[in-house]
This record gives sequence, structure tokens and C-alpha cells, in this order.
Amino acid sequence: MAGCQCTQAAGCPTVSGNFTRLGINIDNYDFLIALAGNPNTGKTTLFNALSGLRQHTGNWPGKTVVRSEGAFRHHEYKYKVVDLPGTYSLLSTSEDEEIARDFILFGNLDCVVVVVDATALERNLNLVLQVLEITDRVVVALNLMDEAERKGLYVDARKLSRELGVPVVPMVAREGKGIDQLLQTVEDVVTGRLSTRPRRIDLDPQIEEAVQQLLPHLKNLYPHLSNHRWLAMRLLEGDRSIEDAIRNDALADPETGSTVPADEEIPELEAALEV
Amino acid sequence: MPASLADLDTGQKARILDLRLQGLERRRLMDLGFTPGTEVEVVMKAAFGDPIAYMVRNTKIALRKQQAEQIIVEPIS
Repeated sequence: MAGCQCTQAAGCPTVSGNFTRLGINIDNYDFLIALAGNPNTGKTTLFNALSGLRQHTGNWPGKTVVRSEGAFRHHEYKYKVVDLPGTYSLLSTSEDEEIARDFILFGNLDCVVVVVDATALERNLNLVLQVLEITDRVVVALNLMDEAERKGLYVDARKLSRELGVPVVPMVAREGKGIDQLLQTVEDVVTGRLSTRPRRIDLDPQIEEAVQQLLPHLKNLYPHLSNHRWLAMRLLEGDRSIEDAIRNDALADPETGSTVPADEEIPELEAALEV
Repeated sequence: MPASLADLDTGQKARILDLRLQGLERRRLMDLGFTPGTEVEVVMKAAFGDPIAYMVRNTKIALRKQQAEQIIVEPIS
């Protein structure tokens, strides 16, 4: 069952009859999912359990700096899964945060699984809320439940799920516990059977007004993106990396080409920023 | 009496009162767990006292002395 010991992913038997690890065979997938989370929460352990690959896990910051990719099949669907670098935030102050953030923003993901440490929820939920600002297709993997129990912590996953507005699945990834339920929940989200209602922070009315002024411009410039609200908030915060991305055309739709703001649009954007 | 995080000795604990920083630098420290009300412990200091490692919300995080000086705390005896 959970402790499938074979070394070759392709020949690995199923875990529960519905699940096959496909290693690096990532062609022609049906759904693309990513694993995000703070450093050292078990993302890579979960990635290995899903893909059958043997990415090294390590307890130091920046261990997974480039993203790794693998695949698995669950029921009739084939998934490509991407293991993102561990980060405390998505505000792009370092290379690994930028990789994680750009992939969640622009990677056309069907679902983001945020792996959180059940023993340090207060710290971990900051990133969850940031991911919920960007996308509503989120499943929280509440990992390290065994360590929480040893520390005498009881986490009410159902209540947490109600508060966050997205599913929360308790897990012990190291032992394969909770993987079946995680995969079922991910399937429900990617197929649209389960719709989420992510909790978002209410903004100060003045800031909300500024966001509303920026939104039409951003929607007009980047119709292919789905995170205009997030972009507006970063611009208002003075995030230089987003400003630069807009000026350098880095947010353009790769299929239709250039969407760099026309000369007359830059002053409009700047005016909207000066509320 | 309020002090800054940089004033504490190794092993000493304190509660954060305020961050005297603005913008992304403030946000960055808050993302790392340094929010008002949070308890912090000095774990160790490098040679010449810079950087300094703090235990904050179950994780060890090292700050430059210059950053630590901007975090105002109330020592817990």
C-alpha cells in the first residue's frame, strides 16, 4: 500500500488500485498541478510519493531552487505535478520565491496544492492566504499530522477548511497517509465537481477604490491573465518586479504576442496608482 | 522598557511591539514571522554579533543587526 518500495517508477504497482506513478513520463497530461509551501514542510516527500521519483529532500533553505516535474495517473486522468521551491511568501524577494510566484501566476495551473506544517500553522497560513489571493483552485495538504500529535497539537481540519474556503486534507506524506484523499480532493477541484470559496482579506476602502481604478486597465492589457486583482495590489504596494514586468512586456500573452502598454496607457496606469 | 531585537542577549526572550520599517522591507520581515505580538528568542550570535539568529514561530531565522535594530520589542524576563 503506502510503502511501495520499488525503485522504477514505470513498473511500480498501484497504491490503491486507482493510482499509478509515472516518473518523468510527463507527456499528454490532462491536468497540471503544483506543490507549494514553506521550506521543510514535506513538499518534495509528497512529490516523490506521487511521481515515484527520488528527488533529494533536505532540511535547509533553498534546497529545491529549480522546480522538478513528474507525473502520475489517478482514476482516468493523467497529472503532471511540479514541485516548487519552498517559500514563506510570494512577493519575490529572492530567486526561488520568484520561480514559485511566476509559476502560480502564469503557469496555467489546474490546481495548487499548498503543503503546510501542522505543527506551525500560524507561520504556514501566511503563504496559503497569499496563494488564495491569486487563484481559487487550491487544496491545502495539512502535513506532518503525526508530529503535531506528538507535540500534543490537535488541528481541526474541517474547521480550517471552512475558514479558508478551500479543502484541507490531513496527511502524513512520509508514510503515504492521506494521499488517496488528497488525490480524490484534487480530482474534485480540477474537474470542477468541487467549487471553492477562498477567503480573501477585505481591503481598506481607499485601497479597494484604487484597485478598482487599476482593474479595467490591467484587464484590457492582459486579457489572457486571470489575476488582475493581485497585479493591482502589487502595483499599489510598489512591487518593482511587477512594474518592470509590465514595462518590459514580460506579462504578454505568448500566443498573441505583444501587449506592452501603449504609450498613452502608461500615464493612465500611473495616474491610477496615485490615489 | 522597549528595546530593539539587536539589544537582546543570547537566550533572552521578547515580544515584538512594532516594526520601524516601511514597504517591502516591512512586509518581508512580517512574511518571515516577525509580526507585532509574536514571541522571539535569541538563539545565537555570529562573531562580532552580526548576524543574529532568532527563534520565531518555531523556525530559526537569521537577521542582520541593522534589520534587528528596526524591530522594537518588550523583553520577557
